[in-house]
Amino acid sequence: MALKIVKGSIDRMFDKNLQDLVRGIRNHKEDEAKYISTCIDEIKQELKQDNIAVKANAVCKLTYLQMLGYDVSWAAFNIVEVMSSSKFTYKRIGYLAASQCFHENTDVIMLTTNQIRKDLSSPNQYDTGVALTGLSCFVTPDLARDLANDIMTLMSHTKPYIRKKAVLIMYKVFLKYPESLRPAFPRLKEKLEDPDPGVQSAAVNVICELARRNPKNYLSLAPLFFKLMTSSTNNWVLIKIIKLFGALTPLEPRLGKKLIEPLTNLIHSTSAMSLLYECVNTVIAVLISLSSGMPNHSASIQLCVQKLRILIEDSDQNLKYLGLLAMSKILKTHPKSVQSHKDLILQCLDDKDESIRLRALDLLYGMVSKKNLMEIVKKLMIHVDKAEGTTYRDELLTKIIDICSQSNYQYITNFEWYISILVELTRLEGTRHGHLIASQMLDVAIRVKAIRVFAVAQMATLLDNAHLLTGNMQRNGICEVLYAAAWICGEFSEHLENPVQTLEAMLRPKVATLPGHIQAVYVQNAAKLFATILKNQEGNTDSTAAQETSQMMIDRLPLFVQSANLEVQERASCILQLVKYIQKLQQKDVEVAEEVSALFAGELNPVAPKAQKKVPVPEGLDLDAWINEPPSESESEDEQPKAIFTKEEPKHSRPRHTEVDEKELARRREARKQEQANNPFYIKASPSSQKVYQEAPGVEHIPVVQIDLSVPLKVPATTPSHPTGLPMSDQYVKLEEERRQKERAEKKKKEKKKRKEKRSGRGKKHDSGPESEEDITPAHVVDIVTEEMPENALPSDDDDKDPNDPHKALDIDLDKPLADSEKLPVRSHRAAGAPKSSAEDGEAENATPQEPKKKSSKEKRDKKKDKERDRKRSKEEKKKKKHKHEEKEEDLLGGQAEEPVVQSEETKEVEAQPTSTSAEVSDLDFWLSNAPVPSNTQEAATVAEAAPAPEAPAGTAADSEPEEPKDTETEESKSSKHKKKKQKKEKEEKEKKKKKKHHHHHHHSDGGGEESVQNGTVEEEEPLPPMSNYCLLAENSYIKMMMEDADQVCDIQGNLQDGSQVVVSVIFENKSDSFLKSMEFNVLDSLNSKLQRPEGSGPHDGLTVPFQLPPGVSNEARFVFTVQSIVMPQKLKGTLTFIVKNEDSSTHEKLDFKLHFTCTSYLITTPCYSDAFAKLLESGDLKSSSVRLEGVNMPFHHLLARICFHHHFSVVERIDSCASMYSRSIQGHHVCLLVKTSGQTVSIDAKCDEPTLLGNVLDEIKQTFSQC
Amino acid sequence: MIKAILIFNNHGKPRLSKFYEHYNEDTEQQIIRETFHLVSKRDENVCNFLEGGMLIGGSDYKLIYRHYATLYFVFCVDSSESELGILDLIQVFVETLDKCFENVCELDLIFHVDKVHNILAEMVMGGMVLETNMNEIITQVDAQNKMEKSEFFPFFSFSLSLYRRLSFSLPGRTGRHRQKNVSYCHV
Repeated sequence: MALKIVKGSIDRMFDKNLQDLVRGIRNHKEDEAKYISTCIDEIKQELKQDNIAVKANAVCKLTYLQMLGYDVSWAAFNIVEVMSSSKFTYKRIGYLAASQCFHENTDVIMLTTNQIRKDLSSPNQYDTGVALTGLSCFVTPDLARDLANDIMTLMSHTKPYIRKKAVLIMYKVFLKYPESLRPAFPRLKEKLEDPDPGVQSAAVNVICELARRNPKNYLSLAPLFFKLMTSSTNNWVLIKIIKLFGALTPLEPRLGKKLIEPLTNLIHSTSAMSLLYECVNTVIAVLISLSSGMPNHSASIQLCVQKLRILIEDSDQNLKYLGLLAMSKILKTHPKSVQSHKDLILQCLDDKDESIRLRALDLLYGMVSKKNLMEIVKKLMIHVDKAEGTTYRDELLTKIIDICSQSNYQYITNFEWYISILVELTRLEGTRHGHLIASQMLDVAIRVKAIRVFAVAQMATLLDNAHLLTGNMQRNGICEVLYAAAWICGEFSEHLENPVQTLEAMLRPKVATLPGHIQAVYVQNAAKLFATILKNQEGNTDSTAAQETSQMMIDRLPLFVQSANLEVQERASCILQLVKYIQKLQQKDVEVAEEVSALFAGELNPVAPKAQKKVPVPEGLDLDAWINEPPSESESEDEQPKAIFTKEEPKHSRPRHTEVDEKELARRREARKQEQANNPFYIKASPSSQKVYQEAPGVEHIPVVQIDLSVPLKVPATTPSHPTGLPMSDQYVKLEEERRQKERAEKKKKEKKKRKEKRSGRGKKHDSGPESEEDITPAHVVDIVTEEMPENALPSDDDDKDPNDPHKALDIDLDKPLADSEKLPVRSHRAAGAPKSSAEDGEAENATPQEPKKKSSKEKRDKKKDKERDRKRSKEEKKKKKHKHEEKEEDLLGGQAEEPVVQSEETKEVEAQPTSTSAEVSDLDFWLSNAPVPSNTQEAATVAEAAPAPEAPAGTAADSEPEEPKDTETEESKSSKHKKKKQKKEKEEKEKKKKKKHHHHHHHSDGGGEESVQNGTVEEEEPLPPMSNYCLLAENSYIKMMMEDADQVCDIQGNLQDGSQVVVSVIFENKSDSFLKSMEFNVLDSLNSKLQRPEGSGPHDGLTVPFQLPPGVSNEARFVFTVQSIVMPQKLKGTLTFIVKNEDSSTHEKLDFKLHFTCTSYLITTPCYSDAFAKLLESGDLKSSSVRLEGVNMPFHHLLARICFHHHFSVVERIDSCASMYSRSIQGHHVCLLVKTSGQTVSIDAKCDEPTLLGNVLDEIKQTFSQC
Repeated sequence: MIKAILIFNNHGKPRLSKFYEHYNEDTEQQIIRETFHLVSKRDENVCNFLEGGMLIGGSDYKLIYRHYATLYFVFCVDSSESELGILDLIQVFVETLDKCFENVCELDLIFHVDKVHNILAEMVMGGMVLETNMNEIITQVDAQNKMEKSEFFPFFSFSLSLYRRLSFSLPGRTGRHRQKNVSYCHV
């Protein structure tokens, strides 16, 4: 030591690394703590230096000391410093230290956000990896929110090493920041099919973990997992998936049916024990979920039980253990199959391994019958004697009681035996379960009337020998049974043989050493006993005996009056005075016994534990209503500050309590309930307990299970001291056996008689064989008084879920399409949006996570979200489709005839784009109803069915009746066929209104009924006006065509390679009273743009619109155009021809229109991250241009939303009144905008690598705003 | 989910502790002590699963452990993990250590707990199994060590020759595990 201090130079410190520290600690075994404290001082010195290497070394040592139990949180800041070192070596040390000692309350964590983000985007994969690993240990809600987006990006990293880490950590992010689950889920799902098995396994892992807690939200993934299960060869993945199915099957029995076969195959084929075991487990789960009404699964059960038996018989203790564990699951639903392996399980009870014995004990529960209960319990009692550890012995004890008391003492045929077992159990030393034994004694004595005489006698003995039990004074110790004994002796004192002796035992001075609550019971029951004794003695002529008893009470009770326990003291002094008064009366020869026993008259009925809860609330009683309205002043004062922060408009800040609306009231009520729940002093309103008793009929009316007694009650003489030879319970076993034998003999006799009678007729009928369950009649007694329940008790469905479970927040519906508000926060926006979002959080505290955003979000939509929107719509369509199925079956059949041709293409598309296959419940139904294991083609078809047309634009719907199925128009026909009515109806209405007003805009007519789309990237401030890209194309008296101006490209995936396609959606609305059919859509191709026609048709042929229009109905069709140059806007002339069919006549009509392809039509909304954006701008490849808009009178965010919506841009970053936006053309041109606003002037600086395109786009933007 | 990974020796001295849920240092030490107490009194020939750790987990959690020579490797896991799978994972862990330390012994773990942490980080992340393929784990660990070396860091000399090798038995090499097929998963 001294040497070190002398040499305490920096150099020396440099030398002392982790190894030196460890060695030093090992060399200072005697004064380890002292040595470490000097080391910590050194470390503190090292941390003060600027040299990062020294710091890292110090932090490394601290990590070691942390493991030894030293708090190193004081060095948190230094750890952050080391984390931010640019060298991987130090960084790794820093992150390791952080992962070991950071937690949610470490305040320096806030400082790490940017560092971690930097590391996550580091070009070195190991920097990223180390950051992810560290983050997984200390992620906080704030970090999760701020980094969710970065991590999500990493899920698509090129390196599988990063991908799998990013996927795994998403689970932690979800836990801390549940809002991220829905936006991130599509990508997570995508990773299930990642080419790298590690990534795939990670994704399976995460989804299984999520699904385990909230299985119902993941049911729709079942087909995908099923596919994985049948294709994967990775046992780890298989195990996880199979476990997941185990969690899903209870929710969907049909899934179980589907699973049985492949699982059975796996069971037969696999050689991996772990996989076999999990398969068996899941088959069991399936069988449990199917247990009702599926009789033909006995083969599967047999298979499981067989395999488990093999496991249990294995010499490997681990397999034995697991086999028993799984067996106990089968036991619940198929006890018979398990019972046949009773031998094996009883054998396991003798195993040397405690874990295995415990598991076997669990199984015993289901093994018992009336016949073998005594035998099994006897065996257990032997184990109890032999057991060494108290834990195991206690476990045995509880198991014995569990087994015996199960289903209302169903298997107990002899309660005397049971009582004596309980009494024997009281002799266990050091058990913690005295309370349990006591409650059993009470329960049996109260509920089994006939046993009371016996029980009282036993209890009297216990009281007499109380000194044997009082050794153990700890709570719940065995002396608890004295509580029961005293109460039973007091309450049923009429059965006592020698009440005076018992009374004497209860008033012994030693009693005063018992716990207070037991003394209280002693005192109270001594009084009961006293009353009984008086009653007995008063009949006698000798009155002195009675007086002597009174005297004894008066002598002994003062001891209890002095008790420190309030309850004991109170009762004792009360009873003492009473006895003194009685003594006075006795001395006057007044008969008091009657009156004294009246004190304790009546019988207590057992009441079911949940009875109180189940008392129905009487009609008209509102438990939440105020009895007196609270003073509104204070309440409103509490409100005020909140209101100020959330709503800033001055007009709202007037006194609030003047106008309290319904909602507000409801909210307050909720808050009050909350407060009451948290207030321990608030007595919750509940129906009065007296009511139960008032309404309860007398004892006579209590339902009593009467069991006929064939054998008279035997009460063997009770020996006060310990029985010497056999334990008492064994005597009862013997008696019981004799009784049964006798019974059997009698029965045989009877049967013989019967047989003799019958033999003359039919000969031998059946042999009585071994004694069957029902043959055993209970020995005696057994009126089991059922517990009382209040009248019209409510069925209880309280499943008490832990409200603090973090997984509750993740109970999120994942099939719902993403709302546009649901985005992961992107860094740049946080700065502006953070305070607001927190205010919002406060406001929407009680809102469910599924709809985290405000109503206004509904009104705002963005083009960018077309995909999601479509998904939603297609879901609606699905529903519609179902509906329609009934009405229009023919139509559907007609439609389906055409489908298969389309499907193959659709399927390809879908496979390439798994995100869009948001399988819905209806699809799941479809999958499940496909009873046999789907072959590949079937599955493909299913997926195709499930897939909404990925970019079908706003939906209009009408009955689609493809007239000429032979004309196959690939995608358009398919998607349009999917369109159904719902949204359209709204639209029509609006459209009609519009017509009345004669607003016939040609371009960009806002306010179409189409669901407007919100721009998710724009902060929500005020509701945006509804927007639509549909404009009127052409109209005549018969038909109106609305066109969504040349929507996006068709194939999102291939657009850059094949960036020449534009899809046009046209809504056809029939305005006439006639039927429109044979519609043909034709466009005069230009050199640049061509309508895509099916192969084989000429360049001037029209396209048949794949539906007919009944009067008043509208529908949408989509047409694909091939475009060569996209830098200029274009107009195409076209014609629609159709046949108008009336009842009597039909005419050919035609409508001309012009398709206007603006340059914005060629832009696709593409999200862009700010760093990429910055790089792009720096690259210098872009030409710039700018435009100024004057007199724009709208909020900035509306402006942005408009640009986003109409011109397909996305916001990259927004700071105050300045925003950068990005979009990309179908041919890959980058378009960047910088939008600034001041007053009514908006300036847009733009950059693009194609100046012509840019100029046109800007012109179009200008036009958009000049129109409003 | 894995809640904690503990390595301690036959005397209960912690050699590595990794908690995937936060506890304060005192609780951590208590958990290690309690776990040691539970695990150490078990015979060699009993199963490797244990229920009833009071401090850590609850009814849903199990202790799954393996005992190698002087060291206990204990994983505390919940019901979403396959018991046999975790046993195999422990095996993979130990074999990986054996490869990385070239015939590993307790001293390696004592003096290079940071390295052990780094190896573990490639297998388990945030309580979830990250990788079970030993070769993949070793590749990543080696690559990172190489990077470290290239950065030149004088404090960590991994000269292991100073320490006497203890016979740190690996299954298959000694004892009970030889006759037993330890792999349940074939990972």
